[in-house]
Amino acid sequence: MAVQDLDVAAYCLRLGDDALVLAQRLCEWAARSPQLEEDVALMNLALDLLGQSRSLLTLAGEREGAGRDEDDLAFLRDEPDFVNAQLMELDNGDFGRTMARQLLVSAWSLPLWDALVTSTDPDLAAIAGKAVKEVAYHLDHARSWVVRLGDGTEESHRRMQAGLDEVWPYSFELFESDDLLQRLVERGVAADPAALQPIWLATVSEVVAEATLSLPETDWRPAGGRRGTHTEAFGYLLAELQHLHRSHPGVSW
Amino acid sequence: MSTSQPPKTSSGSPLWEVFVRSKRGLSHTHAGSLHAPDAHMALRNARDLFTRRQEGVSIWVVRATDVVASSPDEKDPFFDPAGDKVYRHPTFYDVPDEVQHI
Amino acid sequence: MDALEQQFQDTVDGDGRIEPRDWMPEGYRATLIRQIAQHAHSEIIGMQPEGNWITRAPSLRRKAILVAKVQDEAGHGLYLYGAAETLGADRDELLDLLHAGKQKYSTIFNYPTVSWADVAAIGWLVDGAAIMNQVPLTRCSYGPYARAMIRVCKEESFHQRQGFEALTVLANGSPAQRRMAQDALNRWWWPSLMMFGPSDDNSPNSARSMAWGIKRFSNDELRQRFVDATVPQAEWLGLTVPDPDLRYDEETGHYVFGEIDWTEFFEVMKGNGPCNRQRLATRVAAHEEGAWVREAAAAYAAKHSAREVAA
Repeated sequence: MAVQDLDVAAYCLRLGDDALVLAQRLCEWAARSPQLEEDVALMNLALDLLGQSRSLLTLAGEREGAGRDEDDLAFLRDEPDFVNAQLMELDNGDFGRTMARQLLVSAWSLPLWDALVTSTDPDLAAIAGKAVKEVAYHLDHARSWVVRLGDGTEESHRRMQAGLDEVWPYSFELFESDDLLQRLVERGVAADPAALQPIWLATVSEVVAEATLSLPETDWRPAGGRRGTHTEAFGYLLAELQHLHRSHPGVSW
Repeated sequence: MSTSQPPKTSSGSPLWEVFVRSKRGLSHTHAGSLHAPDAHMALRNARDLFTRRQEGVSIWVVRATDVVASSPDEKDPFFDPAGDKVYRHPTFYDVPDEVQHI
Repeated sequence: MDALEQQFQDTVDGDGRIEPRDWMPEGYRATLIRQIAQHAHSEIIGMQPEGNWITRAPSLRRKAILVAKVQDEAGHGLYLYGAAETLGADRDELLDLLHAGKQKYSTIFNYPTVSWADVAAIGWLVDGAAIMNQVPLTRCSYGPYARAMIRVCKEESFHQRQGFEALTVLANGSPAQRRMAQDALNRWWWPSLMMFGPSDDNSPNSARSMAWGIKRFSNDELRQRFVDATVPQAEWLGLTVPDPDLRYDEETGHYVFGEIDWTEFFEVMKGNGPCNRQRLATRVAAHEEGAWVREAAAAYAAKHSAREVAA
């Protein structure tokens, strides 16, 4: 049986919430994407992320040792208990904005999972081994679209830049450290966020340049997701996610 | 010989024929077609569409307009000559039962 | 009948397959394009009623299953549009016809999904009926359609099973869940029976489609098969089929069922179902709002005429 480890539980919860909330946003595109092929592609992304979130939330529950499973964690926590980065919860906006968000997330999560493959927590390392292949594809997908929209038509260039500008400030939160992360990095469990930033920036800069876009400049750095502070839009996301499950307490589905 | 299809452009995105190798050791087999603006996206789309259930280990995409096909009108003269060359098939030859591994 | 037509009919009669570049009667081509397009449209419109519940699915497992299913439907639409294109149709033109209301899709998708049980009932009944309709099409005389249907049917059996499983849980769940399940059966039963189309006496194209090897069984035969398969499943679930006239005929070994309200069917077909306008509007909006993306991709491809493959 799993050993209780509240630090690892808290870390898995962050990553699990990231994946769950982003998957939920991507699901909103079902039957609404710009072309049928893209419906299939976006649902692939959503399925990968949903799978990651289920593994991570399950592991979080095991390490917490309080008997909570993936559904307890996904459906029965309130807004302040969710510790995803705010970037994940941002509205889809148009397709350009969704792809900008995906680029910023995937360019971060690829080196993250890559590092976690060698995590000293074997269960987390196993999840990473699967996730790293999935997010490599997500990054390629986002890159393909950001480049095509940036370097497409005048309209697509304008929209792509606007989308990037809107989501950009929220990316800084991904690289914040705190006591929890410091302890886990020391133990070799977690990836050091500071080490991920240069890799992320190199990837994003390259894509942005190829897309003939420019890197946004701003000193506004919204944050707080990791401490349970969220955007206004997040409440609606949670309401939709949780209402059915909560309307019938204790039953099976 | 003639080219197979008139050019198609859905929203300016051409039709691609997709070939999937289901596992190592087997040939690529025609799986269907799809639209994509360019080769890179065609490969991405093919991966998403035709290998959702691990149906493949390798994919080729070919612009439908680049496929050159034999004409159905030529069917008989094109393929019939192979019909009388039964000696190309191993079953043409009698091998005594007592002889093994041949 | 000239030599080409004779050759065509011989191939069909001998259970052979017609391939895209073979000669075929224009009526055959037109019938197939219409039928395949309608089928493809049904797949992509069908994403909406179930997609409606993806963000609200009551467990993460159910959410993943539903996403995979709705994704399959997009995939099936793509297989089918691909098959239609081998006949010389263009996907964009077919979509335009759908958007303009000039080509139909299955009437079933014009009913609303108002509870979670509807998602389960759609899997069980609607996909069950679709499989009944589609399995014979895997032997359709037109090769690309038959091949697409083989792929679709293989994937579709998961759809029906997940629906039945989800409904089993509800039927054995809390009183509220049971009520939800029964209510869904009440609303989806008759529309599912209508999916097989009007009685063959009123289906003028049936005979010709049979001669052409596009259709293998009559609408009534398939409907009967569906009822015979499904009623015992409903009993096993402990749910009541909403048909007071339903009874088992010992002599024939078939279920006898009540009169179908064809007025409703034709009203929905005409555009007067609860969701016709909404379904089409959502579809059109997705298409129009995505135009700038498709244009950008085309512009990029033209600029880079990318022969090189990065992958």
